[in-house]
Formats: sequence, structure tokens, C-alpha cells
Amino acid sequence: MSLIASWIGNIPDFAVPFALAALGLIIIERSGVLALGAEGLMLVGAMSGIGASLMTDGSTVAALIMAMIAAAVVSQLFALMVLIMRINQVIAGLALVFFCQGLTGLCGTLMNWTSRPVSGLSDLSLWPLSELPVLGKLFIQDPVVYLTPIIFLLVVLVLNRTVLGLRLRAVGENPQAADAAGIPVLAYRCAAIAAGSALIGLAGAYISVLSTKMWLADMVGGRGWIAVALVIFARWSPWKALAGAVLFGCIEALIPQMAASGIRLPQYFVFMTPYAVTLGVMIWVAVASRDNSSQPGALGEPFIREERR
Amino acid sequence: MSNKNAIQLDAVSKSFDGFKALSEASFTARWGEVHALLGENGAGKSSLMNIAAGLYAPETGSLFIDDNLVRLKGPLDASTQGIGMVHQHFKLVKPFSVAENILLGLRNDQALSFRQRLQQTAEEIKTTAARLGFTIDPFARVDQLSVAEQQRVEILKVLLAGARILILDEPTAVLTDAEAENLLTTVQNFAHQEGAAVILVTHKMNDVMRYADEVTVMRTGRTVASLKPQSVTVGELVKLTVGDAPTPPQVPASRAAGEVKLEVSELCSTNPNAPILRGVNLSLHAGEIYGIAGVGGNGQSELAGALMGLPEPVSGSMQLVGEGDLRDLSASRRRELGIACIPADRYSAALAAPLSISDNFAMGEIHSGRYGPFWFLRRRRIEADTAAAVSEFDVQGVRSLQQKAALLSGGNAQKLVIAREFSRQPQLVIVHSPSRGLDVRATLAVHQRLRSARDAGAAVLLISEDLDEVMALADRIGVMSAGRIIGEFAQPADRQAIGQAMVNHV
Repeated sequence: MSLIASWIGNIPDFAVPFALAALGLIIIERSGVLALGAEGLMLVGAMSGIGASLMTDGSTVAALIMAMIAAAVVSQLFALMVLIMRINQVIAGLALVFFCQGLTGLCGTLMNWTSRPVSGLSDLSLWPLSELPVLGKLFIQDPVVYLTPIIFLLVVLVLNRTVLGLRLRAVGENPQAADAAGIPVLAYRCAAIAAGSALIGLAGAYISVLSTKMWLADMVGGRGWIAVALVIFARWSPWKALAGAVLFGCIEALIPQMAASGIRLPQYFVFMTPYAVTLGVMIWVAVASRDNSSQPGALGEPFIREERR
Repeated sequence: MSNKNAIQLDAVSKSFDGFKALSEASFTARWGEVHALLGENGAGKSSLMNIAAGLYAPETGSLFIDDNLVRLKGPLDASTQGIGMVHQHFKLVKPFSVAENILLGLRNDQALSFRQRLQQTAEEIKTTAARLGFTIDPFARVDQLSVAEQQRVEILKVLLAGARILILDEPTAVLTDAEAENLLTTVQNFAHQEGAAVILVTHKMNDVMRYADEVTVMRTGRTVASLKPQSVTVGELVKLTVGDAPTPPQVPASRAAGEVKLEVSELCSTNPNAPILRGVNLSLHAGEIYGIAGVGGNGQSELAGALMGLPEPVSGSMQLVGEGDLRDLSASRRRELGIACIPADRYSAALAAPLSISDNFAMGEIHSGRYGPFWFLRRRRIEADTAAAVSEFDVQGVRSLQQKAALLSGGNAQKLVIAREFSRQPQLVIVHSPSRGLDVRATLAVHQRLRSARDAGAAVLLISEDLDEVMALADRIGVMSAGRIIGEFAQPADRQAIGQAMVNHV
């Protein structure tokens, strides 16, 4: 029983990075830009969060905000590549990941930030929910966990209930129509990349600053890629992405529990599980739903104003 | 009806890569009238209206709205001036509702919440639609509406954005007869009862005769006449549109046509939503050029696609005598049999633009083994053959045979396609608009090739929207209208009679 309780209590820790990264990706991809660079931007967020925390001696909130800003700034490199230079979005996304892997590894070493512990945020108990049997530990979490559903709600409201969101979706569905309606397509896409990347950076900083409480090179460990798959699995819908993130969180949280309970599984089999599940989900989605209607109509297409011939 | 000018374009010129699309065209539409802009394909109608809608900037000439000189910086500028254009290809966001699509272009009441603005837009849609005499559900998704309904959404979009000058580019091309009648009555009411100006870009004589108060005729980038349609007969209007310049005499075949080569019968589109082909029957003989004339959009592209082996959903039969149905032949078998295709869109259907000129040329023979077996490419032979063909077919602008085909101009790309297709003796040639976008010299060269293929005994099917071209080349002429061949003319044919047949049947 206590095993299940502690498993449940660990789920948010693993689910939040997936959820925030997937939400960031949804914002970017709803504007019609195919974003594969989540892994890289999460690393940037993770490293700069720790960096800010160490340099400023303390304020974790400031560290998280710094991480968001850093990821947004680096993402403008991607924006420059895909919006202005119209480089293939897949290649630009991959290049961004490799660049960020190298950059964060180098900076972490040069600044000597590796393996230095930070304080993080203390947990908040939501009394009386925290006194519930079994589920109680779900309500003794750091503040970002409680913030995540609120961020989701805000993003959903903006996307679906504002003119801003309507225009953003129009840019992603049919940029020519949006252009004819007088919407600055590239400006909207650029802003979507910055905003989405800030959330992806927060996801990365959550792993380093709040979860592990230290920086290690390449510590995101493929979660950015899982987030990319999660977005497809969720058909670009934020709520489905949140559900998917919780599902993946459950699986990941199971691994330490199994080790603790003495079940011996090959280590690499355990590391493989999230990816195996990702693969399985992708195949299931491909087989189960034939319609592509929920995918943004212009995903991956660079925007060029119609020119004759 | 007031006689004040709504919009006036004065001596407007515009060219695209050296091709003069408009030369000193002038156009005036008044408030309260439906003004038709009539002309053949490529006469410059759309270019002129795109200038009026702020999409293109004119090189010379000026634009007046309400007798005031204006300079449009873009479509938004045109919209604030009260000009709205409904394009042939709709600019709608498919998964959005009608109201959302219309709200996108509006800049109203920032103070209201999104829901309120959407509700307000929906109300405006309903009242405007009712005023124009139709109903539409503002919350229906656009991709679930019919084409005619989507067109209404486009019209509502420009009207709600405040347009008083409504430009409709070929609005009836995508509609059924009943839908077209509905639409034209609607816009006629809009002009007559509300005093707006409606410009109807069209090539359909019937629309002009029945609904326009005034018509301006364009031919080869010029406006040739502006008159009241009631004051002339259809015949005179046709004459103005197609011109009465003497066409060069048709050169008859050097010998009589041979046996039947291709027999097309009851070719119909199987797509129930867009039955474009409605029973095409024709037989093509060896040693003749059969020309298909007709106003664009009457099924020519679909017929060409089906004959060229593109995946066109059709029923009926296309018998190649002695070989069976064309659809059952593989691409390599078609090549072996000497079937040559010259599609209208040379860059997307005939050439691989990023490949070199010599690769593009060699493609046609790659299966025959002329350029080596599958593990080896005889580069030198390819180069030699290409060089010979390039000089024989006078392909200009070739700096190197390794240069990308995309860098060739339209006419020279066409010559390269023809060089490839005619490098062997073709037995059956299917050509669609071969001289579109070509200059006079290149056109003459292409025509000469088609004639010599015919004289060598090939059966040539020429599908063209350019009546002059058909008149100059074809030995027999079929007129295509509404997905059928509605009449056949043997040379020497009466140009006016063909022109009448092209338009009367619409």
C-alpha cells in the first residue's frame, strides 16, 4: 500500500516536464511550424535554470523565469532559420537539438555548474486533500505542479476563446487566408515560437532545478522527443496532451518503485520502456485513427506570399 | 442609378518576366451597375482586377476610386477603400466556422469579449445574408459547406469588411447552372438596390447578356471595347472577344488520314461531387490533328489527364486500337507504343525541375535500355543525344547540359519537353495547351513540330483553349462544352460558328 502511495506521489514529478514541453510544442505547431527541437530547448532551460540559481544564490522563482527567457532567446535562432531563411523545418529542428546539446554541455563544464546541488522549492501541502489515504501524496507537491493545470487552462482559453488564438490557429491552418485577412503571419509564428519555447524551457528547468536539483550534461535524456510524440498522440489538443503526460509520468514513476520493491529488471530494459510505449502509442494512433483533420493544415510549410509563377 | 464613377483604372500596364500581361488597359465601373469584364483566358482580366484589389502594383497607369486618385499598398489598403475581391480559389480556413472565418478579417470593437464578438459577427452574417436573399448557418464549419455556400461566405466576408465595390473573379466557373443564376441575381440586387458596384470577371457570354449592365471586353492585355450588352448581339460580342484578325491559313495534311488510332467513348467523371466529364466521344485517326476547342474549365484538363495516364477518376473507354484500354497500359508500355504526352503544366507534370537538362531528356528513354542497363548509365551517350536534340529543337538559354531544367524559361522548357517526346517517332501525341506562355517564335516552332509529326503518320490530339491555335493546326475540330464534345467541324471551318458553339451551349 505504501508503495502505491509513494508511486502516486511521484507521478507529478515525472509528468510535469512532459506536460509543459508538450504544451509548448502545441503552441508552436498550432501556428504551423513543425518543432522538433524540444529536447534542445529543454536542455537550455535546465542548464540556465541551474546557472541562474547558482549565480544569484537563491531565488528559485527567478531561476525558472531565467530558464524560460533563455529558451525563448535560443528559439529565435530556430525562428530565423525556418521563418526568414525558410530552411526545412525538420532539419532546422534537428540542428537546434544538436547545437543545444553541445552548447549546454560546454557551458555547464566551463562555468563549473555540473553536479552542484541547488535548493529547489519546498513542497506545499493542500490540506485537507493531503490527508487522503493513498492519494494524499498527490497533494504534497512543489508549486509548479499546481501551476501546470492552470497554465494549461490559460493556454486553452487563449487558443479557443480569444481573437488572438483564432488568428494564431488561422496562421497554422491556412496562412494565405490569414494573410489576406491582414494578419502578419511571420510575426505570429515568431511569437508562437518564443512563447512555446519559454514553456519548453520551463519544462527543462523543472527537471534540473526542482526534480534532480542539479545539472548534469544531457540530463533531459530523451524526454523532449517523447514530448514530440506526445503532441502527435494528443492530436494537438492540450487536454489530451496533459492526459498523455500523466500516462507517461505513471510509467516513468514506476521504475524507481520497482527497483525499491526488489523486482530485478535489466537496467536497459527499464530505460527502454518509455520509448517502447511511445512507439506503441504511435503505431496505435496510426492504425486507429485514419483522419488527419486535427493536424494543423499548414504544419511544416514555410509561408511565402503568393507570387505569380 | 447614379452615373458617378466608382472605380476607374486608367492606362494600366503590367508585365511578368518580360511578358506583357496588360498594356495600357483602361476600365471604368459606375455605382449601381453590374459591370462585366469579358475576355478569353490570358486576356489579362484577372491581372487587371488584381491591380484593382491591391495585390499587384501597376507599372504605369493610375487608379481612381470615387474620382479620387489612390495608390494601394496591399489588399488591406484596398479593403479600407471599400474594394473587396472574391478570388477564384477561396481563401478560407477550412476547419473554422463561417463566423470565425469572417471575424478573422474584421477589426471591430476591441472592447467586447471574444464570445460577444463572435455572436455579433454571427448576427451580422444573418442579417446581411437575409438582405442578399439567402440563409447560412454562421456556426457551420466551412469544410462542410458546398462550393456555392463557401463562395457566399467569401462574399459575406468582403461585404462585412465594408466593401462597396465587389469584384468577383470567374464566380460561376465552379457552380451549377441553378447556383450560378442564384448568385448572379443576388449580386445584381446588391448593385441595383443598394447602389454598390459589382465587377463580374467572366468569359461566359450568357452571364454577360443576362446580368450585366455594362461590359468591357479585353483581348491580349488591352481593353478593346466598353458597351452595353443590350446594344449588341452575342455574335458581335464573340467577335470582339476572340478578335477577327485573319488567322494564318491551316496547312492541310500532306496525305489523307489513316485508320482509327484512338477511340474514346462515353468518358465520364466518376466523382459524384464534380461530374466534370459527361460522356466524351471522339475518334482519332492516324495522320490527322484533332483539335478540341472550348472555353476553359469545361473538362479539357480532366480529359487530358485521363488520356495522359494521370489518376483521373473516369468511367467509359479509351481504346487504343489493337492494344486495349489506355488505362491498362503501364507507363513503360505507353512509351514503347510511342505515346507522347505534352501536358499544359510543363514544370509540374513534364519536367523534374531540380534535375539537369540532360537527365530530363534521358528520362524518356531510360527504360528502353538506350542509355545502358540498370546498373550503369551511359553518360556520354546521354550528353551527345541531349546536345543534338537541344540544337535541333532550338532550346535557347542552355548554358550547360548540367544546368537545372528549372532555370529554363517557359518556352524553352516546353521545347525541351517536345524534344524529348518527339525524339523517337511518336505514334500518338496528346498535347494540352502547348503554346501557353510562349512567344510567337516558339509557338510557331511548336506548331511546326506537331504538323511534321502528323505528316509522319502520327495521330495528334490537340486540346487548347486558344481558338487561334486550334484553327491553325487542326484538321478536324471538336467543340467541348460542359464535359462533352458538342459539335465537330471539318476544315475549312467557320470561326464564328465555332465561337458560337463554344459559348452558346454553356
